Amino acid sequence: MPLEALLWLIPFPPLAAFFVILLFTRSHRRLSHTVAIGLLAVSWLLAMVVIAGAVRTKGLAEHPIGSSVPWIPTGGTVLSIGTLVDPLGAVTLFFVAWTLLAIFIYSVGYHNFGQPRGEHDTPGLPPHGAHAKDANGTERAVPSVEPLYSRFFAFISLFAFGMLLLVVSDNLLTLFVGWEIMGLCSYLLIGFWYGKDSAKRAAVKAFLTTRVGDVFMLLGLATLYTQTGSLSYRTLFSHEVLAHLAETPSYIPGLSMAALAGLLLFMGTVGKSAQWPLHVWLPDAMEGPTPVSALIHAATMVSAGVYLIVRSFPLLTAGLEHGSSFTLSVIAFIGAFSALFAATIALAQNDIKRVLAYSTISQLGYMVAAVGIGAYVAAAFHLLTHAFFKALLFLGSGSVIHGVEHGVLHTGNHHIDPQDMFNMGGLRRRMPLTFATFLIGGLALSGFPLITAGFWSKDEILADAFGHGHLVVFLTLALAAFLTAFYTARQITLTFLGEPRTEEARHAHESVWTMTAPLVLLSVFAIAAGWVGIPEHFPGLGGLVPNWFHEFVGSTLGEVPEAVAFSAVPLLTSIGVAFAGLLLGWLVYRRVPAGAVDPVARLLGPVHSLLKSKYYFDEIYDFILIRPLRWFGETFVYQWMDRGLIDGVLHGIARLAAALGTFFRRAIDLPVINGFGDLVGASTKRAGQSLRVLQTGRVQQYLLIGLVNIVVVGALLFYLSALRP
Amino acid sequence: MVPLSWYLIVAAALFCLGLYGVLARRNSVAILMGIELMLNAVNLNLVAFWRYLAPARMSGQVFAVIVFAVAAAEAAVGLALIISLYRLRRTVVADEADLLRG
Repeated sequence: MPLEALLWLIPFPPLAAFFVILLFTRSHRRLSHTVAIGLLAVSWLLAMVVIAGAVRTKGLAEHPIGSSVPWIPTGGTVLSIGTLVDPLGAVTLFFVAWTLLAIFIYSVGYHNFGQPRGEHDTPGLPPHGAHAKDANGTERAVPSVEPLYSRFFAFISLFAFGMLLLVVSDNLLTLFVGWEIMGLCSYLLIGFWYGKDSAKRAAVKAFLTTRVGDVFMLLGLATLYTQTGSLSYRTLFSHEVLAHLAETPSYIPGLSMAALAGLLLFMGTVGKSAQWPLHVWLPDAMEGPTPVSALIHAATMVSAGVYLIVRSFPLLTAGLEHGSSFTLSVIAFIGAFSALFAATIALAQNDIKRVLAYSTISQLGYMVAAVGIGAYVAAAFHLLTHAFFKALLFLGSGSVIHGVEHGVLHTGNHHIDPQDMFNMGGLRRRMPLTFATFLIGGLALSGFPLITAGFWSKDEILADAFGHGHLVVFLTLALAAFLTAFYTARQITLTFLGEPRTEEARHAHESVWTMTAPLVLLSVFAIAAGWVGIPEHFPGLGGLVPNWFHEFVGSTLGEVPEAVAFSAVPLLTSIGVAFAGLLLGWLVYRRVPAGAVDPVARLLGPVHSLLKSKYYFDEIYDFILIRPLRWFGETFVYQWMDRGLIDGVLHGIARLAAALGTFFRRAIDLPVINGFGDLVGASTKRAGQSLRVLQTGRVQQYLLIGLVNIVVVGALLFYLSALRP
Repeated sequence: MVPLSWYLIVAAALFCLGLYGVLARRNSVAILMGIELMLNAVNLNLVAFWRYLAPARMSGQVFAVIVFAVAAAEAAVGLALIISLYRLRRTVVADEADLLRG
C-alpha cells in the first residue's frame, strides 16, 4: 500500500478506540485498556512504516509524502484537507508515537489495574486504597483501582487522535481541529478527578487560558485565508505567497500581513505551550493524573505549540528580506523570558510535579526562543529530545508518588502529602529502577554533557544564539540552564538521595512493571535521541556519526541552513552551567533533615517567598482580570442588564398584558360568555325540575294522561274537520 | 236484523269497561283482565264491520283470529310476569312494583 494511504489511517485507530470504549467496553477494564493500547499500537506501527519510508525517500522536503482532497467549498475557493509528512512531520510523528505508546502502557499500572476495588472509592476522586488479605491471611492496605479506569483510556485515546491528526495534517485548518480536540481532552483529563475542587478549577483555568491564545490563532488563520485563499502549508509557505504576504500592509501600521499573521499564530503557541504571560494554567494542570501530565502537559500537546511555530517558520521569517524582524524579536523575547522566569519559580516549588511543570514551561521557552533567533532546526531538535526526557521525568515522578502513596497506605497517616519532596528522601534504595531512569531524565534535562540527549539539543540552541550574535538571549538561556541544573539536582537529591525524611518514604515501594517498562523505554530515547544531531565540528565526537538531524530537518525549508560555526564559548558555557548547577544543587540539598526549612529559602528570604508564590501571577490576574470580569458578568450583565433592563422590559410587558387580560375577563368573559353558558345550563335544569313532577313512575297515570290527550286531540280534530266546508 | 250501531255501542261499552279496569284497578291481574276486555271489544268491532260492510272478504275474521292469538300470548306472558313479581315482592299491586324508580 502506498505511504500516502497509510498516512491517512494513522490518526483513526485511537478515535475508534474512544468510541468502542465509551459505547461498549466501559464496564470491562481489561478489555478497555486492551482496545486502547491495541489500536494505538496499530497507529504506532503505521507511523513507524511511514517514518521508515520517509527517511529513505530522497529529497523528502521537495516531494513530501501526502495527498489532499477538497473538503469545504467556500465560494470561489475550496478548503482542502490532507496529510503530509515532510522531515519535520516525520520527526514529530516519531516522538509522538513513541511517547503515546509508552504513556498508554504506563497508565495501566498507574491506575492500579489488577488491584481490588476500594471500599470508599467514588468516581471522580483518586482511589483511596483498599484492604486485602495477603497469603498469610493478615489484612493489609493495598492500592485500589481507579473507579473511572475505562473512561481514562477513552479520553487519552481521543487525545491521541487529536495529536496524530495535528501531526499528519497538511494544512492549518485540520491542525487547528486537532489542536482544539487536544484542548478539550486536556480539560477533561485535568478535571478527571472532578470530585476535587482544585481539579475542577484547574480544568476550567486551563481551558479558558488556552482559549485566549486559540482565539488569536483562529484570527491568524482567518487573516491568512482571506489573504491567500488557502491554509495548506505547501501553498501558504511558497515563495510567491510569502512575498505577497510580506508586501501587503496590515491593519496595524508598520506591520505586514505576514508579521501580523505570524504574531497571531504565535499567540496560539503562547497559550498552548504555556509561555509567559499565558503560562498560569500549566502548573495547575498537574491536578490531573500523572500520565496526563506526562502526555499532554509535557510531551505532546504543549509541544504542539512549538510545532506550530516551527512549522510556520517560513511565515515568521517572511518579513526579514524587508528588514522587519519584529515578529521574531517578540518570539525570542517571550521564549527567553519564559525560560528564565519559569526556571526561577521552579527553584522554590516543593511539589515534585510542579517543579517539572515549571521546568516544562522553561524548556518550551528554550524552543520558542530558538525559533525567535532563527535556529529552527535546534528548536525541532530540542522538541524531540525534550518530549522524551520530560515524559520520562513525569512518569518517574508518578512512580515516585505511587511509591510514597504505598508508604502512606502502610503507615495509614493520610496527612502526609505524597507529592511533597520534603517528605521523601532516600528513595534510591527502595525504588532503584525509578531512581536510575529518573536520574537519566534529570541529567538530560540539565544538559549533562555528552551522554544525554538534552545536552546536544540545548547546546545547539546556545551555540546558535551565540553564533548568530544574540548575546542577550544567549546569556538569558545560559542562566536558565544553570537554574535548570540546580533545581534538577535539588529534585533528585531531595527525592532519592540522603536518608528518608518520613516513615512513609521509608516504606516506599518500587512500582509494577507496566510503569517501569515505559520508564526504561523512554530513558533509552532520553540518551540516544541526541546522537542523531551531534554537530560535525564537535571536538572528538563530531563526524563520527553524521549530523543527520540537521540535514534532514533543515531540508524542510528548501535549503539546509548553514550549520553554525563551532565555538568553544557556548560549549564551555553549556558544560559549565550544567556541572555547576548540578553540583551546587547537590551540595545545598544533600543533608536536609526532616522538618527542615529549604536552605535556599533562608538564603534568599523574601525573594524565595516571591518565587514560591509564582511572582503572584495568579493573584495579579485575579485582581486585574478575573474580578473585573466577574463584576462585569455578575453585577453589570446579570444584575443590571439582564435582571434590570431586559427583565424589566419583559416584566413591564407581562404586567400590561396581565392587566389587559383582567379587564377582558371582568368585562367580557365573566358577564357575557360565562353568563350565557350558565343561563343555558340553569334554565335547562329549572325546566327539568318543573317537569319532574309529571314523571311519577305510575303507568296508570301515564295512560290516563295519554287518554286525556287523545280525547282532547280527537275532539280538536273532530271540531276542526267539522269547521271545514 | 240488528243494525251495526248496536254492535258498535256494545263494543264501545265493553272497551270503556276495560279501560276503566286498566286505569283504576291496583291489582295487576285486574289490569290484565281489563286489557283482555279491551282487546275483545276490538274483536267485536272487527267482526261486526266484516259482517256488515264486507262479508265477501275474510280479512276481518282473520284479524280477529290474530288478535285472539296475540291476546292469549299476552295473557300468558302477563300472568307469568305477575307471578314472578309476586314471588319477588309478595304483592300483585302495580304501584308497588317500583324497583326501577330512582
